[in-house]
Amino acid sequence: MPHDDHDHPHSLLPPDPALRVKALETILTRKGLIDPAALDEIIDTYENKIGPKNGARVVARAWSDSAFLEALRVDATAVVKDIGFYGRQGEHMVIVENTPEVHNMVVCTLCSCYPWPLLGIPPGWYKSDAYRARAVREPRKVLVDFGVSLGENTAVRVWDSTAEVRYLVIPMRPEGTDGLDEDALAALVTRDSMIGTGLAVAP
Amino acid sequence: MTRVHDMGGRYGDGPVVPEDENGPVFPKDWHGRALAVTLACGSLGQWNIDISRHAREQLSPQDYMRFSYYEKWTAGLADLLVETGVLTREDLTGEGPDGPHPLADRAMKPEAVKQTLVNGGPADRDSNIAPLFEPGQAVRTARPTGNRLVDGGHTRLPAYAAGATGRIVRLHGSHVLPDSSAHRLGEAPEPLYAVAFPAAELWTDPEHPDDEVVLDLWQSYLEPA
Repeated sequence: MPHDDHDHPHSLLPPDPALRVKALETILTRKGLIDPAALDEIIDTYENKIGPKNGARVVARAWSDSAFLEALRVDATAVVKDIGFYGRQGEHMVIVENTPEVHNMVVCTLCSCYPWPLLGIPPGWYKSDAYRARAVREPRKVLVDFGVSLGENTAVRVWDSTAEVRYLVIPMRPEGTDGLDEDALAALVTRDSMIGTGLAVAP
Repeated sequence: MTRVHDMGGRYGDGPVVPEDENGPVFPKDWHGRALAVTLACGSLGQWNIDISRHAREQLSPQDYMRFSYYEKWTAGLADLLVETGVLTREDLTGEGPDGPHPLADRAMKPEAVKQTLVNGGPADRDSNIAPLFEPGQAVRTARPTGNRLVDGGHTRLPAYAAGATGRIVRLHGSHVLPDSSAHRLGEAPEPLYAVAFPAAELWTDPEHPDDEVVLDLWQSYLEPA
């Protein structure tokens, strides 16, 4: 079935990216194959409803509630489904926990797989060639690009998302956060800390 | 061999540039439109996620490297729409007919968006292929990598991990095999594992003796080591 004919149909559309999308949308709309109002709804969902705040809530609760953390370890998919963070690109969730001994970091070298229901649409750098190429071979140098330096006593485990399983990093809980409630803890959980290119911020 | 998308471990790409976490989800309006058109067309039911990934991978290396992320999506979608006969080349040049399409009754409606996104597309399936490996067991990946069913076809074993020895860390259950599914040869579900490889097994100059890379790999990519 692969037919590398070098005469790809996409070249028939206007070359400018914005005009190319617009042309395709117009053609499909005229034929009744897409409804522009549905497109608006999809965009609104990922701009305003689904994003890293979801993942931060999961992390904050995992930090505060040992039974919740244990349930995540056993079946993260079932747990996030219960709290409404299930769906496209998050059908099979696994958590990976950072400790003083192991730092986890997530990449998709072959495309840009990412846990959408928990983190939303991936940032540009996650989809960049540089991240996809380098994260597996030199994760520590990539972390330096993010201002993170790991000590010699911490091993790095890079998870290359080659299947439909999506990984959420549970960053280490910062020190000095003992009295904080879940809302205050969630505010410390950055998007990058749940990908593993950052750390949770100290209060 | 695989294709141009298989870039894990490549040298020469320069720094990764972090972004403001509070920046726009779609830096350009057309990024959101490209994503939304692609998702909406999925509802037409003419392909699965493996077919759509392979459509992007089939871009020529020149196009793949010069296109930005959502340009790849748009190009892959246009190619797929023509390949599946949903659109014709004349449609793309604006010379095709307007009016209702035979698949128009499948168009995603605004009120269906939420449930469609919530439903997602789980890839786990029952399988009559029993797991051969268990956590802790040593395995070796196939070498060379590549689709064994279709020459030049879709596969999810990156070149950097071909012929490498690692250990099973987790059984994910049985999942649809992309090598088959991407080519409409059936879902062919089989056991899927997380497999950890020491960095020294993959790279000539590993950064640290304890570092590892973990990949999700199907049973048919693996043999006992």
